[in-house]
Amino acid sequence: MTLDKLNIGDTAIIKAVNCENALKNRFYSFGMVKDSKIYIEEITLARNTMEVRIKNTKVAIRFSEAAKIEIELENE
Amino acid sequence: MNNKIIKVALVGQPNVGKSMLINSISNAKLKVGNFSGVTVAKEEVFLAYKDYRIEITDLPGAYSLNEYTIEEKVTKEFLDNSPYDIILNVLDSTNLERNLFLTSELLALDKKMIIVLNMIDEAEKESIEINENLLGKILGKPCLKTSAAKNIGINEVIKAIVKKYEDKKLPTKLIFSDVIEEEIENISDLFKDTGFKTHCTYRELAIKLLKEDKQTYKIFHNEPVWVKLQPILNNAFEHLYIHYHTKNMEDVFNDEKFAFSKGAVTETVKQKISTKKTLTEKIDGLLIHKIFGIPIFLFLMWGLFQLTFVLGNIPMDMIDSFFASLIDLTKEILGDNEFGSIVADGAIAGVGAVILFLPNIVILFFGIALLETTGYMSRVAFLLDGFFHKFGLHGKSFIPLVTGFGCSVPAYMAARTLKNEKDRLLTLFIIGFMSCGARLPIYVLFTGAFFSVENAGNIIFLIYISGALLGLIAAKVLKIVVFKSEDEPFVMEMPKYRMPSFKLIWHTVSNQALMYLKKAGTYILAASLLIWFASNYPKYPSIEEKYSVKIEQAISEEEQSYLSGKLALYNLENSYLGKIGKFSEPLFEPLGFDWKMSVALEAGLAAKEIVVSTLGILYGLGEDSDENSKGLVEKIKNNIPFASAVSFIVFVMIYLPCLAASMVFAREAGGWKYLVYLFIFTTSTAWILSFVAYNITKLIV
Repeated sequence: MTLDKLNIGDTAIIKAVNCENALKNRFYSFGMVKDSKIYIEEITLARNTMEVRIKNTKVAIRFSEAAKIEIELENE
Repeated sequence: MNNKIIKVALVGQPNVGKSMLINSISNAKLKVGNFSGVTVAKEEVFLAYKDYRIEITDLPGAYSLNEYTIEEKVTKEFLDNSPYDIILNVLDSTNLERNLFLTSELLALDKKMIIVLNMIDEAEKESIEINENLLGKILGKPCLKTSAAKNIGINEVIKAIVKKYEDKKLPTKLIFSDVIEEEIENISDLFKDTGFKTHCTYRELAIKLLKEDKQTYKIFHNEPVWVKLQPILNNAFEHLYIHYHTKNMEDVFNDEKFAFSKGAVTETVKQKISTKKTLTEKIDGLLIHKIFGIPIFLFLMWGLFQLTFVLGNIPMDMIDSFFASLIDLTKEILGDNEFGSIVADGAIAGVGAVILFLPNIVILFFGIALLETTGYMSRVAFLLDGFFHKFGLHGKSFIPLVTGFGCSVPAYMAARTLKNEKDRLLTLFIIGFMSCGARLPIYVLFTGAFFSVENAGNIIFLIYISGALLGLIAAKVLKIVVFKSEDEPFVMEMPKYRMPSFKLIWHTVSNQALMYLKKAGTYILAASLLIWFASNYPKYPSIEEKYSVKIEQAISEEEQSYLSGKLALYNLENSYLGKIGKFSEPLFEPLGFDWKMSVALEAGLAAKEIVVSTLGILYGLGEDSDENSKGLVEKIKNNIPFASAVSFIVFVMIYLPCLAASMVFAREAGGWKYLVYLFIFTTSTAWILSFVAYNITKLIV
């Protein structure tokens, strides 16, 4: 499953980041690495962009980029 | 007595309060410029402390040294190639783990370094406890707690800089996990056994080899030791691949950095976890709300533009009349001669045109600085990216584009908020499609001449809307044809909301204003002089004499003004500008323009306001005709066919805004060649669409 399939309020664990190194490094520097926990905070009405939180960092991601992040759903 | 110069590189991730920190250093002198070759602002701070002169360079915010953004490229390049003594690494105490990621990369540079834990007041509020002494031991660098906003610990930083400068450099403690350390040791042992000679440490070399640094491999290929090294390296990689489940060494070392930051934080930070919603979450609940988010944003924008163009108009009118009277006064003092004219109509008018935009720029940038320092700008991008992305634009393009409806000059400058080079260029190229305020008089004149009063308003609205739509289409086309590249990924931090610091906003706004005055000022001044010259020369003294005699002999005032109007027409028709207009007439003929319209358009390259006054002169009126004068409306109606008028409006909608804007564009885009591209792009688009509009209108009417 990939990040773009989730909905507001979901929690997930990142399993893999599948993209080229430049973008991967950017994900890394936001703490979006394997095994880190990710919370879906907000999604725009047209489902184009989502806001996620990793620890204290909030990040806006376009859906096309979110599709590159493999996750495992872990709702509480 | 500033004997010793200490050069300090200020490095940190975005939104950690770096600029705030250097702003709170007292008695410091600030210098603002650009990093060479890029439009990234470079700020330097100079201060005298005891016998030292401390020079701090504020490097652009970077999440890591990976060259992902232009800012990160600039920072990495500075750290690699420029001379400096100490790295001052600023961290956000409330987000230490992520900030330490950059710190671990800086540690690898092996330089003297000081760690500043900024925003310590916020951390205390969130009950985050940091043991800075222990952290200092782990990193092998002194750690200081500061709060730039509350002015805590700033003097200690200065003292630490001096102390660090005088102390001997200690070896950096960047320790990897056991697996990697073991391989480093294996490789270093080989160097030791063979007595390999090098100017760096064995450890450094070993790390570079494991990181697959190309430069290092090139050197080793020509060394005899390579034969012995190869099997050891192969072994090491084999080992690491198995351990980390990947063959991508970059990933391996990223994992290391991550583990390092995590380890450091677990040992030194105590945080009471609260389940209460933070203030940021509460505000975000409203501001990026699915349904309310966009209306709230539009309302805020509306407020900002009201401020910019309504409030801004008050000083603008004052500046305008001030320069008008200054021009008259100068002419009076210097007399009505060449010299008086060049000083008054050329130089002073040119400078006046530059200063005229200053109120707009200051107010708009005040608003933008407010949006940026509070953290709202990233929310805007979040809200609008979906829509703009369809046209190949970025969420942040919205602000420069809307500003373009007011005036292109601040709009081009507002495009700076776009960090990605290609996104910024694309936005810059289509700002001109948003009809600026100065084009309004032309639209009013032509719609007034050809449409009924009730319809004129709607037509003008239509002009604005179709301009904006054309702009979006042009963006899409440019994106596909010129800026074709994979879509820039949109992954962006949404920083915490913070109260704006007025000191910082003042600092940003005054910098922007100053840079505008300095750079745009010189170019615009030079170009105004050129336009003045082209529209005033060559002179025809014999004709002028003839007219002045006639004017003196004229009985009524009406006749006098008619005659001086005729003289002005003659002079303009035969000036260099007029000659160019006549020369270029064949180019504009397919669009239905006569030479008068061509000249008006060309004069409009200087400023759109000139189009109306030029048309006034050319169609045989006095100089002080404006869009309201009934006479000009009648003349336009009688002299210009409807189809030509439509095509004229289309042309005005699309071609270059004005000289001032063009100069600012060239500077913001980063080169004159872009202005040439823009000129070709807008002029050819304007020509083609005018041609289409002309022929369709001719068919219909």
